Amino acid sequence: MMNYDLVVVGGGPAGMAAALKAKECGVESIIILERAETLGGILEQCIHSGFGLTYFGEELSGPEYAARFIEMVEKTDITVKTDAMVLDISESNLVTAVNKKDGLLKIQAKAVVLAMGCRERPRGALEIAGSRCSGIMTAGTAQKYVNLDGYMPGKKVVILGSGDIGLIMARRMTLEGAEVKVVCELMPFSGGLNRNIVQCLNDYNIPLRLSTTVVECHGKDRLEGVTIAQVDDKLQPIESTKEYIECDTLMLSVGLIPENELTKNVGIAIDRVTNGAVVDEMRQTDHKGVFACGNVLHVHDLVDFVTMESQLAGQGAAEYILNGEKETVYVNSTTGNGVRYLVPQRVNIKNGNDVKLYFRVGKIYKNAKVVLECDGEVISSKKKVKLAPGEMENVVIPADVLAKMNENSTIVVRVEE
Amino acid sequence: MCYDVAIIGAGVIGALTARELSRYKLKTALLEARHDVAMGATKANSAIVHAGFDAMPGTLKASFNVKGCEMMPGVCKELSVPYKNNGSLVVAFSEEEMETVKKLYDRGIANGVPQLSVIGKDELKALEPNLADNVCGALRAESAGIVCPYELTIAATENAVTNGVDCIRDAKVEAIDFADGVFTLKTAAGDIKTKYVIDAAGVHSDDIARMIGDESVEIVVRRGEYFILDKSVGNTVSHTIFQCPTKMGKGILVSPTVDGNLLIGPTAEEIDDKDDVSTTPSGLRDVKTFSVKSCPSVSTRNAITSFSGNRAHPVTDDFILGPSKVNPQFIHASGIESPGLSSAPAIAVYLAKVVTDAIGNVEANESFNGERKEVFRFRHATDEERAAAIARNPAYGRIICRCETVTEGEIIDAIRAPAGARDVDGVKRRTRAGMGRCQGGFCGSKVVEILARELGCEINDITKFGDGSNILFDKTK
Repeated sequence: MMNYDLVVVGGGPAGMAAALKAKECGVESIIILERAETLGGILEQCIHSGFGLTYFGEELSGPEYAARFIEMVEKTDITVKTDAMVLDISESNLVTAVNKKDGLLKIQAKAVVLAMGCRERPRGALEIAGSRCSGIMTAGTAQKYVNLDGYMPGKKVVILGSGDIGLIMARRMTLEGAEVKVVCELMPFSGGLNRNIVQCLNDYNIPLRLSTTVVECHGKDRLEGVTIAQVDDKLQPIESTKEYIECDTLMLSVGLIPENELTKNVGIAIDRVTNGAVVDEMRQTDHKGVFACGNVLHVHDLVDFVTMESQLAGQGAAEYILNGEKETVYVNSTTGNGVRYLVPQRVNIKNGNDVKLYFRVGKIYKNAKVVLECDGEVISSKKKVKLAPGEMENVVIPADVLAKMNENSTIVVRVEE
Repeated sequence: MCYDVAIIGAGVIGALTARELSRYKLKTALLEARHDVAMGATKANSAIVHAGFDAMPGTLKASFNVKGCEMMPGVCKELSVPYKNNGSLVVAFSEEEMETVKKLYDRGIANGVPQLSVIGKDELKALEPNLADNVCGALRAESAGIVCPYELTIAATENAVTNGVDCIRDAKVEAIDFADGVFTLKTAAGDIKTKYVIDAAGVHSDDIARMIGDESVEIVVRRGEYFILDKSVGNTVSHTIFQCPTKMGKGILVSPTVDGNLLIGPTAEEIDDKDDVSTTPSGLRDVKTFSVKSCPSVSTRNAITSFSGNRAHPVTDDFILGPSKVNPQFIHASGIESPGLSSAPAIAVYLAKVVTDAIGNVEANESFNGERKEVFRFRHATDEERAAAIARNPAYGRIICRCETVTEGEIIDAIRAPAGARDVDGVKRRTRAGMGRCQGGFCGSKVVEILARELGCEINDITKFGDGSNILFDKTK
């Protein structure tokens, strides 16, 4: 058995940022366990630009953004094991992992950072009728085939779901010579970033059809076409609007699911909306010494925010390792009108710092206000020209407001139209 | 070369029959039209080992079912495939349905089904607390069980091949000639000569019979649609829960699977295109509606995937087993709808006997070994077993499928096995890679790479399930 102060599960942008921050805070022994052959996570296949605008103030591609952190990790004495899959985390933070070289690894950790990322929602979860032929894949899988393996997964493409990966792949496939016929979105709005709709669809004249879904796949061997239909306000397909579209590929970009199987096995409480752990402002879960950050906690829109959140987790883990448990008085954050979820779900009012609450709204708002209310008092009310489900928002609880709270206090974030 | 026996169709009947025949010094061929074995009704059914109370006394279905149910645990053990004796319940929702339950009980007793009882509401709810509150009682059959039908078929094929059977895939039979006591099967894999033919071609068995001029077999195709739900709800029920049967079948069931998922379905719809295994919006809706009647907590929000399978319903409503009236060297194994899987071990023994009796003086195959060595399954292994396996072969230390914890070593084993995997779905059925909640989102491309490496081809040659089901086109520009 090995001993490490900190075990970081996942070597994507979240894991690397958390490990680096913990190192900076003075944690001596840190190990990153990464499932893939290299550090970097999903960024390695995101060869488009648009990363780093917020964090670095410049526009980078995914691999470039990752490379900056990989270089920083390499300059430290952080141990990295790639091709290593974590199988289990025990009640006492004993981590079991496996790889080809070391076989079974047993690592006793003082603290653990969960940074496993997320996975794409597959076809099976959607109840699309029809055949189970080839040519139906998630947009991320298609992205790997094109960008890493160098093969075309399709020539005539329909994309279901207007999540960011789907939008990015619409442009990518077009640039590679495929015909992207349409992007269908079940909801009356896109779940992706506005900039991606403009740069990936509008610039290439790819139609985005809102309130439209794929109801059936056709083709015995390879996909030959799909039937699409508009949906009513209960999201049920309208029979009279059915339309056949010939295509050999259906790409799905219909949501991301945080990969929390390990988290659940530890018995950590999960937020039903984010599908990630319930955490405090340092991203500590309800299991002492276990922190979570990045897309395993909640799906982010920009990697920059993943980095910043993960630094908090790294700092939190470092404080836990170096100073032990802190005095804590928790107050839950509560979602008000229009707010789907809040992260962190609870705040230690003894924290002493400003606390940023991240959230997403449930629909598109124009000229609405984001209101933070603590103990019934409006702390801030910010006017927003536009709020959209595809974009993450945040509000800050100032340190002096937190200092005045007690265990019966309330924190509410809501949208006012 | 001329085979003694050629079995047309490598479903559960064909594969188990091939294995039975490999006990003898016979040259046996197992022919399969598709790219892999277990591609028809075998891979898409309820995966139930029925106790045997459904079929009318005196039918082939009744006798083979009861016998097959008794044999199944032993066969599964020999072949190292999972079997679970979980028992079944036919649930009644009214006094009228309780009458049906009692009739089924009487029928079961007449068929010789052991361990049958009629239980009341309290006992039923104690056994299965997640059943609906308006249940009245049930028929309990403790001998019923669950298996994985494609794993059973793959294992039986492997064992048959190990014992000398030739398994020839992509060998669709297009025509059959007969001269001088020998059949010539015109197949996509070339001409195959054989003295005896066993027609186990499932929904196509009537087409095959017609090739020798036997018009007696008439198959109607009934499609059944299902959902597979996530393992997180796999313990909703422990028994297989049936509703009272109707004319079209046994109704919608809710059942655990040997892999820990929950299975709900099937519908029953007669269709014309024998190979159309599409699911339909209305079929999936029916499965949802009717499964909730048994278990209100069942929700397709936990669905991992949906699928459908086509069952070969004989218009005579009973299995068609035995020599053809047109040519006694041609042996029917047709109309094997439910309880076909349950009956399969017994049908296989019967068919082997028909052939060996007809040939006469058949010698035993002394080197026959009916035991199939257990396949290493990382997810089931202890830490010690895992460490030892990785020391033996480091590929057991590389996890490819996260959801089902499948290693590269297991995938390589599946490809290199006798009649091994040659496509992505073949790897999936043999190892469960891609069968979990992400449905191959992560491991799919890795499985493609491993297949290409092992088979010595390019990754764009790899298919999902043979034929034109390629996954990738050309290289990018």
